[in-house]
Amino acid sequence: MKRKTTVHAEVGKQELVITREFDLPVELLFKAYAEPELLEQWMGTKVLKLESKPHGSYRFETSDKEGNVVFQANGSIHECVVDQKITRTFEMENAPFGVQLEFLEFERLGETTSKLSIHSVFRSVTQRDQLLALPFTYGINMAHNRLQDIVSKLN
Amino acid sequence: MNLRRDVFQAIADPTRRAILVLLATQSMTAGAIAANFDTARPTVSKHLQILTECDLLEQEQMGREVHYHINAKKMKEIADFIEPFRNMWDDRFNDLERVMKNYKPKK
Repeated sequence: MKRKTTVHAEVGKQELVITREFDLPVELLFKAYAEPELLEQWMGTKVLKLESKPHGSYRFETSDKEGNVVFQANGSIHECVVDQKITRTFEMENAPFGVQLEFLEFERLGETTSKLSIHSVFRSVTQRDQLLALPFTYGINMAHNRLQDIVSKLN
Repeated sequence: MNLRRDVFQAIADPTRRAILVLLATQSMTAGAIAANFDTARPTVSKHLQILTECDLLEQEQMGREVHYHINAKKMKEIADFIEPFRNMWDDRFNDLERVMKNYKPKK
């Protein structure tokens, strides 16, 4: 069965909700978020620090093949209830999106199925919309670059 | 592509979003729309002009009056706008599922 991710972002609101059902027991879904070596594997980022506990904090960093840092993010963990929820802040460094407050809820659906919902609250509607637009803009840039590559090879 | 960006800029403004909400259920004249805001009439006209240029609003001549209404097709495009964001998360979650299905607890 194909499980789908939904993104709910109402026009004019400074929040968004991402939900997804998984073919995984809730314990494994939670582990994927709480354990550094697992998070590294699916997020494709280096986890410099991850303290999955109240008053804990985390820091992620991604580098390209040449070793240049291309992504850095950090935040504080306010609440961490095993197999249930994580409340944390999230901030992408050197980006205009500000700090977001994230409520992650892990829900058991059955023996081997579970659901995750991420409720993100932004400081402003503009910041939320800019973040939503990022993959879209990036997609356009990628298409442009590919086009340029092809065109330059033709010459 | 520029058009797309313009649409996005158009909905980034709170007054313009309020206008879209106002017009969601009815068509209205510029005067009737302006009556809902404290902003000066020319400012509201400017907002209507931007929304019309982005094709989010359509004008319709009804006798001596011009009525504004929402272009549903264009609004749908904004909904599609977040599709790449959704795809990004879908890919990421597929990876999560794959990683965790192969996960063998140590011990």
